[in-house]
Amino acid sequence: MGFLKRARVKSPWILHYCTGGCNGCDIEILACLTPLYDVERFGMLNIGNPKHADILLITGPVNWKNRDVLKRLYDQTPDPKVVVAVGVCAATGGVFHNCVNTLGGVDKVIPVDVYVRGCAARPEAIIDGVVLALQKLEQKNSGGVAYATGTR
Amino acid sequence: MARVTFPFGPQHPVLPEAIQLQLTCEDERVVEVLPVIGYMHRGIEKAAEANLFPNNIFLCERICGICSFIHALCYCELMEGMMDVEVPPRAKHLRVVWSELSRIHSHMLWLGLLADSFGFESLFMQCWRAREIILDTLEMTTGQRVIQSSCVIGGVRRDINEDQEPDVRRKMDAFRKEINAIYPVFAKDYTVKSRTVGKGILPKEQAWSLGTVGPTLRGSGWDYDARTLGYAVYDDLGFEPIVEDGCDSYARMMVRLHEVVQSLELVIQALDRMPKGDLAVTVKTFPEGEGLIRVEQPRGELVEYARGNGTAYLERLKIRTPTFSNIPALLVMLPGCELADVPVITMSIDPCIACTER
Repeated sequence: MGFLKRARVKSPWILHYCTGGCNGCDIEILACLTPLYDVERFGMLNIGNPKHADILLITGPVNWKNRDVLKRLYDQTPDPKVVVAVGVCAATGGVFHNCVNTLGGVDKVIPVDVYVRGCAARPEAIIDGVVLALQKLEQKNSGGVAYATGTR
Repeated sequence: MARVTFPFGPQHPVLPEAIQLQLTCEDERVVEVLPVIGYMHRGIEKAAEANLFPNNIFLCERICGICSFIHALCYCELMEGMMDVEVPPRAKHLRVVWSELSRIHSHMLWLGLLADSFGFESLFMQCWRAREIILDTLEMTTGQRVIQSSCVIGGVRRDINEDQEPDVRRKMDAFRKEINAIYPVFAKDYTVKSRTVGKGILPKEQAWSLGTVGPTLRGSGWDYDARTLGYAVYDDLGFEPIVEDGCDSYARMMVRLHEVVQSLELVIQALDRMPKGDLAVTVKTFPEGEGLIRVEQPRGELVEYARGNGTAYLERLKIRTPTFSNIPALLVMLPGCELADVPVITMSIDPCIACTER
């Protein structure tokens, strides 16, 4: 494994985007970065620029206005990348399943690699999901996993 | 100097949620602001008409994950008012305990994010570390960290029993030590003062005429708090609103900092006065007619209106959240400020976009 590939798995950078959820998962993601849970020990850093990111943490049932923003964020993130859908509403729409303006899940717009359960997802579950995403990133890094093309 | 317009958001590291501010700048100075909302809209009010009315508690809680308990409390008190249900006194005290705990956790979260917005990373971490004590208490007493689901129509679902009460008090003591250490940093530190004092001025008259609520209004010298209306048991607890006259970001920060200490006292008081008795009464009727209620959220006054027709479904549920009233204040605060102050001033109204757009 080359230096770049090894460095990527040891220091994945996170982009967090909320697509219209209730904030519960968003504050738990932030809580992951703070002293009690501290995901920075895995070399992770929360950044604002999709062009620097490796892992996309997406929360919320995507709404119509956010759809294009989410698609654009995904396209701007360079390969290899992993998408983690945090929370029940990011997976299926959850409690917002019958709301008029929601699409019902991140996987309606971009391909998702890891789903994290919970409403709101607990920090432990988010860390679990991110560590799972790291394994997937390693596979993608070595060319073991093919990318889904287009949107579903 | 030519004017440049550029977007701030919807995806921005300072904002945990999606909102866009279109900033028009001359050089480094902001001259015009246009908020673009709609990125968080889900259509909860419409969905509330399609759900059974007791199930709306869970939907209302998820309007905003930060002040979720108070959203549920507001909806339950509204339904109880419409159906003339008398809540047992123990349940009322428990509601005060949990709503004040969520107020503390929301304010600590906000204080941390404010510190983060001017780059004071270590203070951000300390605030969030102290906040974990409150979240532990909430988890211990209700079973969940941020979305508690412990309020039901007619009372509460869970109890703070005799075994748990000393633990809650011990955690409150531990938290008091933390806030006593954090307080002087916010109140006196040079870095914090240089970024907040005199920034984002909201004059007293304009604060009222723009209809701002909560700490944004109280930071501009108005003595106005929906808790003085005395819902739950606030009228028995001897509650006094906290008011600051500074009209700037620093005053709004100090209001919230003092409210953390005040909420801590309210939790202890409610625990001291907690009577024995039932947790909830059974509700067998359906909501009919109209109802309106105001409660105080961490961000300000929350208003809910409902119209029922005697069936299990509501005809209309209207929710007006505090940030909706506070966003116009940004149009007064931001023009004329430096570009680097935009995140701090935006944070100073404690924007909760998930609330605003529902």
